[in-house]
Amino acid sequence: MTPMIDIRDLSVVFGRGPKPVPAVDGVTLALAPGEVVALLGESGSGKSVTLRSLLRLHPASARVGGTIRVDGTDVMALSPRALADFRGRTVSMIFQEPRLALDPVYTIGDQIAEAVRRHRGGTRAQARARALDLFDRVRIPSAKRRLDNYPHEMSGGMLQRAMIAMALSCDPKVLLADEPTTALDATVQIQILLLVRELQREYGLSVIFVTHDIGVAAEVADRVAVMYAGRIVEEGAIADVIRSPQHPYARGLLDARVELAGGRDRLITIPGAPPDLADLPPGCSFAPRCARVSGECRTTVPPLAAPLGRGQVACFHPG
Amino acid sequence: MMAYAAKRILQVVPVAVGVSVVCFMLIHLAPGDPLAAILPSDASADLQAQMRALYGLDRPLPVQYGLWLIRALHGDLGQSIATGRPVTGEIAGAAVNTFILAGVATVLGFTVGATLGFLAGLARGTWVDRITSGIAMLGVSVPHYWLGLVLVIVFSVELNWLPATGAGPGGRSLDWSYLRFLVLPAVTLSVIPMGIIARTVRSLVADVTAQDFVSALGAKGMLRRQVLRHVVRNVAPTALSVMGLQLGYLLGGSILIETVFSWPGTGFLLNTAIFTRDLPLLQGTILVLAMIFVLINLGVDLLQGAIDPRIQR
Repeated sequence: MTPMIDIRDLSVVFGRGPKPVPAVDGVTLALAPGEVVALLGESGSGKSVTLRSLLRLHPASARVGGTIRVDGTDVMALSPRALADFRGRTVSMIFQEPRLALDPVYTIGDQIAEAVRRHRGGTRAQARARALDLFDRVRIPSAKRRLDNYPHEMSGGMLQRAMIAMALSCDPKVLLADEPTTALDATVQIQILLLVRELQREYGLSVIFVTHDIGVAAEVADRVAVMYAGRIVEEGAIADVIRSPQHPYARGLLDARVELAGGRDRLITIPGAPPDLADLPPGCSFAPRCARVSGECRTTVPPLAAPLGRGQVACFHPG
Repeated sequence: MMAYAAKRILQVVPVAVGVSVVCFMLIHLAPGDPLAAILPSDASADLQAQMRALYGLDRPLPVQYGLWLIRALHGDLGQSIATGRPVTGEIAGAAVNTFILAGVATVLGFTVGATLGFLAGLARGTWVDRITSGIAMLGVSVPHYWLGLVLVIVFSVELNWLPATGAGPGGRSLDWSYLRFLVLPAVTLSVIPMGIIARTVRSLVADVTAQDFVSALGAKGMLRRQVLRHVVRNVAPTALSVMGLQLGYLLGGSILIETVFSWPGTGFLLNTAIFTRDLPLLQGTILVLAMIFVLINLGVDLLQGAIDPRIQR
């Protein structure tokens, strides 16, 4: 089956001059139609930058390499007009802070209706009817009244539902989710996760779900790709990675979960700090923090391989 | 919206009362006896007492204030000491001239300033930004009476294209014979609001375009001009309120320009009243100018409330 999303050797470099920042370096990832992949990593690991590359949302100064195909379309080659048609129609996105991602001086209904009219045309009344229908789908109570609300009149959870309604308004094939639950209360988080999962199944969406929370990844994703310093270090079925992480960084992430700290007096942390992206070590980026480090790790970047025949890991000493 | 408007209108009342008290007290705070300007210095005590009674100056201050306020509310601000004509009529005539000048200058300054600021805000760090920001900086810093004199030297004295002073032949019309008198003072007066609005709009546009919702609009496929419409809607409330304040300043604060160009407006009238020690005229002019300022602020707030839903609380 041809993949819905096919990212090959993606690299994104910010800034020019003596110290450019390679935010993403050689990321290759493919998603089948209807598949949900979580991109897991800390801040600065390149997960959001990878996600935004699919819509070419980077500032003009960013240098982007590699190829991205979505549903057969070469995203890098799209003209500005074709890119605008592609955004929101083939691929749409939901954001971390719905309150900041919505225009404060337009009603929610107007903001959904303008996206509908942009991609599907039709009258104001038709677009509004579509927005109302979507509000019911994402289960916003008293939908008709809520359409006329401004963003400041709604709670964070309701806004994220509205954001999801907007993202689905033009029947996209791919949904990109950039930490959509991070800014929400724990109880609301789970509702949003369940909603995303339910709508994903209903619409058969391919979803890339960016998160730093392995629990969230386990809730929504079929597969997970763990990123560190701009590279994918481990990738595999979510159950496999959680049960037996192969990369020492992935193991560290699992051990560092607060939920596991229950009976112990101290939280387990990964020693050291993430590297400066502008000044990466020549070998494995994780080598300075790694307990299994050897001479080879410091000179050569380990390639992604499948030592167990399932999933992939970029480590000379997996296990 | 109605509740917000009503609340905002009610807030005007105490401000207006305060303004009227200050204007009334001017006569009594100013050095010297208010009668000194009209009576010869060797007037007899008897005559002084008689005049005092005539003007009501022998009564307690609160009573004087009350009587003055009642008359003012009926449109009677007394007679000009210098001309003997009613102050209200003098101010009304001058106010129309000032409104025309300030209105044209504000519209001109806002249009040019907002355009320059918008372009600069979108093209931050480029040569477009540097040039427009330079123009805005000049507009704010140049002394406008000096600029007025330079424009007079160039366009009136050297090129002889436009008249240097006055408001033209009596009777206003959209005729060039009248409008040509308006060009130089209006352009000179527009330079300050132009600079201030350009700088305000530039930083507003920079703020708004850096916000997440702008990239979110791009992410849902909106075209550039549609995104810019969102930016304008976000920038407009603040830009309009700055314009309203500028209009307020220009309505009251164009003394220098009106004097340089001998434009017969309220600033010119104020200048005359000060130099002839014409207290009733001075008092009336200041009261009217202050009330205009209060009303303009009210208008701006109501307009802002209508544009930006977050303000109505």
